[in-house]
Amino acid sequence: MPGQTPSQTVGPFFHDSLSWPGAETLIGSATKGERIEIVGRVLDGDGAPVPDALLEIWQANAAGRYAHPEDGQLKPIDPAFRGFGRCASDAEGRFRFATIRPGRVPGRGNALQAPHINLGLFARGLLRRLVTRLYFEDAPENAEDPVLALVQDPARRATLLAKRVAGDRAVYRFDIVLQGKGETVFFDC
Amino acid sequence: MTDLPEYRREEPGAQPPALHPAYASTVKRAPQQPPIRLPHTLSEITGPQWDRSILRASDDDLTRQHQGAPLGERIIVTGRVIDEDGRPVPATLIEIWQANACGRYIHPKDQHDAPLDPNFGGEGRVVTDDGGRYRFVTIKPGAYPWRNHANAWRPAHIHLSLFGPAFVTRLVTQMYFPGDPLIPLDPILNGVPDPAARMRLVAAFDLETTKPEWALGYRFDIVLRGRAQTPPLG
Repeated sequence: MPGQTPSQTVGPFFHDSLSWPGAETLIGSATKGERIEIVGRVLDGDGAPVPDALLEIWQANAAGRYAHPEDGQLKPIDPAFRGFGRCASDAEGRFRFATIRPGRVPGRGNALQAPHINLGLFARGLLRRLVTRLYFEDAPENAEDPVLALVQDPARRATLLAKRVAGDRAVYRFDIVLQGKGETVFFDC
Repeated sequence: MTDLPEYRREEPGAQPPALHPAYASTVKRAPQQPPIRLPHTLSEITGPQWDRSILRASDDDLTRQHQGAPLGERIIVTGRVIDEDGRPVPATLIEIWQANACGRYIHPKDQHDAPLDPNFGGEGRVVTDDGGRYRFVTIKPGAYPWRNHANAWRPAHIHLSLFGPAFVTRLVTQMYFPGDPLIPLDPILNGVPDPAARMRLVAAFDLETTKPEWALGYRFDIVLRGRAQTPPLG
């Protein structure tokens, strides 16, 4: 059996190759679903901004279906939504995505997952990708989500909940703390 | 609904830990809490899909993206992307970036005192064919200093970013060159615990790929995580 190729850091010089104009906007005028914005910052163990992170998100469409051949659910495909986005953090560690609120997708067994966005993070100083999930703090479905239930400490679980920012538009704040106080929950998947 | 088969987990020793103090930037960025093991659901088993329509002309030839030819030693890099069962991974996007022949990136944060090459941008993209094969033309990148420790130099390397079929098969890695004396000294490569796995990141010189009177060839196969069981068809 051939052995896995090891991961190496993305380093600080990826920007021209791994980002393109509009990569952080997953939606067009024809995309179905409720428009939301995700904003946040990436912070290190000293609370300092991480200015050279690359964030990637992957999510289901508004109906709860992934644009992928192995998602055989009988739910509509949205031709105007692929579900993948990228954003490099800026000098203050900030990032931003424009997308739609995903629908619910099945978990294992008969479980149904709460709406969530899968998030991967690369940076200088990370020899491997960090994976987390963004859930919506105001979603009642969170109470029955099998993945949130894996995080027993409520304070830690709260690191996975994006908070609605006051205002007319649906803007959710999701800060990512790599290390120490308030450290975000990361997953081994 | 029937659960789709999971992907295999990490091979022990093949993947670097979060904290590797010899690589100084890990010290303030590595999480301290152990990651929580996630069962694989549709969220992990699916992932972004690609096809050749996203490619621009010359994406696979970094020596033809500007008016003139870049300086440096022209090379051909080719290989296969396969999974742990040896099955080809077709239609997967590989993104490439690298320093020029002098060891300088065309990036505002790279302040190494080495010349930029107006004929080299150092970025490319390829999509694997039905057999998982890929091929690109570039120039051999130079080594460069990086201040991680006294007299620290990165061995010559090419960055590669791959998606594979699923969210969990995503891989960002670096390819090194055989015989580079900096390889044993590199804290980033040495972050891979298993020395045999480390050497998987060193390309092989390949005379068959080498084109007479034109360019040296290197072979670099990439192995993504495989499936615990074969997924059902359809």
